Amino acid sequence: MKAIITVIGHDTVGILAKVSVVCAENNANIIDVTQSVLKDIFTMVMLVDISDLVDDFADLQNDLYALGDKIGMKIHVMHEDIFNSMHHI
Amino acid sequence: MLNTKDILETIRMIEDENLDIRTITMGLSLLDCADADIERSCEKVYEKITRCASRLVPTGEEIERTYGIPIINKRISVTPIALLAAVSGGDPVKYALTLEKASQAVGVNFIGGYSALVHKGFAAGDRELIASIPEALACTEHVCSSVNIGSTKAGINMDAVKLMGETVKRAAELTKDNNCIGAAKLVVFCNAPEDNPFMAGAFHGIGEPDCVINVGVSGPGVVRAALAKNPDCDLSEVADIIKKTAFKITRMGQLVGTVASEKLGVPFGIVDLSLAPTPAVGDSVAHILEEIGLEICGTHGTTAALAMLNDAVKKGGVMASSHVGGLSGAFIPVSEDAGMIHAARTGDLSIEKLEAMTAVCSVGLDMIIIPGETSPATISAIIADEAAIGMVNSKTTAVRMIPAIGKKPGEELEFGGLLGSGPIMALHNDRSSEKFINRGGRIPAPMQSLKN
Repeated sequence: MKAIITVIGHDTVGILAKVSVVCAENNANIIDVTQSVLKDIFTMVMLVDISDLVDDFADLQNDLYALGDKIGMKIHVMHEDIFNSMHHI
Repeated sequence: MLNTKDILETIRMIEDENLDIRTITMGLSLLDCADADIERSCEKVYEKITRCASRLVPTGEEIERTYGIPIINKRISVTPIALLAAVSGGDPVKYALTLEKASQAVGVNFIGGYSALVHKGFAAGDRELIASIPEALACTEHVCSSVNIGSTKAGINMDAVKLMGETVKRAAELTKDNNCIGAAKLVVFCNAPEDNPFMAGAFHGIGEPDCVINVGVSGPGVVRAALAKNPDCDLSEVADIIKKTAFKITRMGQLVGTVASEKLGVPFGIVDLSLAPTPAVGDSVAHILEEIGLEICGTHGTTAALAMLNDAVKKGGVMASSHVGGLSGAFIPVSEDAGMIHAARTGDLSIEKLEAMTAVCSVGLDMIIIPGETSPATISAIIADEAAIGMVNSKTTAVRMIPAIGKKPGEELEFGGLLGSGPIMALHNDRSSEKFINRGGRIPAPMQSLKN
C-alpha cells in the first residue's frame, strides 16, 4: 500500500528534512519525491510505502498534519488509490 | 509515479471546489421484519437496522480519512413502510418513531423509506401510511418520506395526487413553528427509482437485495471551475469539459462505494451520477449554467443549457462506474443552491421556468417554497403536471414543495444544513384546478408504455 504526501506553502529551509523525519519515525518508506519552487511557493509530492507502519495510517496522518500546523505548510496525506482511480482508466 | 499535476488537481478539487461524496446510503430490506403484531414488527425493524448499519458511520469516517475525500452524509434507506403496515395494521407512526430511534442509535444523517407505492392504486396499508405522514414527519427529525403516485407503465393515480396535495399542506401546517420542515422531508414521485441514495426520496425497492451500498456523488463547483478556465470555447467543447470532469467525480464515487462495500461486507449497488448542489458558495448548479453564458439562472436559454449539462454529466459518468442508477443527473433544488436562491430572490427564476427545466434534468420541482395559503387542490395540480412530464418522458420527476404557513410573500424560510433557505416563490396563476383534481380516477398510461 502506498500513500501520497503533498506539502504546499512558502519556501523555507528544511521542509523536506522535517517531513522525512516524521516518515522515518512512522516507518513509512519514501519511494519517490518531486518538488518545485515557483514564485516562493514550495510544492512537494512524495510517494511513500505504508505497508509496514509502526502504528496505523491515521497516526502517520496525525503526525504530518501536526507538523504542517507547526511549520505553517499545508500537508495532505492520502491513499494513492484516489489519484489512480481519478486519473487512470 | 503519478503525475504531480494530476495529484494537485485532485487536491484543489477537494480543497477549493467543494468536491465531495454527498452520501453513502445503505439500502436495507425490512421485508423479513413484517409481523402481524406491530410492536413485534417495530422491535424487529430496530434490531435489523442497528445490526446491519452499526458500522456504517465509522466505516464512512475511516474512508473519508484514508482517501482525504469528505463524505458529507451517511444514510439508510429501507423497504417502503406501507408494506410492513399492511401486515401489522395499527398506527404507522410507530414505525416512524422506530426508524428515528434506530437512526439515532447508528448515527446516520437521514433515514428514508416512510413510503408508499400507489401509482396504480392503493393496497392494504397505503392509505393509512399516507394519512400518517404529516404526524410522522412532525414527531421525528431524521425520517424522510416519499410516495410514488405515477409511472410511465401505470399512468397517474389521481386519487393519490389529490391525497398528496392535502398531505403536503398538512405536513407544513404541523411543523409551522419549525420552518414547515415536515414538507421538506416529503417527496411525491412519478417513476421513483428503487435504488436512489438521495433524500428525501430514498427508499429500498422490493427488487433490491437484502442489504446494499449505494453512493451519490457531488461536485458542481468542480464543473464550474473547469468551465471557468475555458471561457471562450464553443458548446461542443463545453460538453466535453463537463464529461471529463463528471468522469473524474464519478470515479471517486466508484472507489468509495467499492471500498465501503468491501469493508462492510455488503454488496455494492450503484453510483448515482449526480451534480448535487449545497447552499455553500461555489457549490451551485445555477452557477454552472451562468458560467456557460447565462446572465442569471432562469433566463431564456436556461432549459437548453441544463439539458446539455445533464446529458454530459451522464455521458461522462457512465463509463466511470460499473453500475449506474438512482436519479443520475443534475439536481435543481432551489433552497439548496446558492445561485438558485439568488435567482429566486431577484424574481428571475419562476416556478413555471423550473417546471420546464424539470423536463430535461434529473428530478423535479425540488425544495420550492410556495405561499402558505396555496390550496391543497393547487398543490395537487402542480404534482399532476410534474408527474405528467415524468410519465410521458419515461423519467423520474418529483415534487418537494414547502407551503410557508403563516408567512407573507417576500419572507423566507431557513431550514439550515444541506436543506438551505429560500424566499417564498409566487404562483402566477391563482385560478382553480379544484374540479380537475376532484374528479379522481387514473390518467391512463401513455403510448410510451407500450414497448413490448
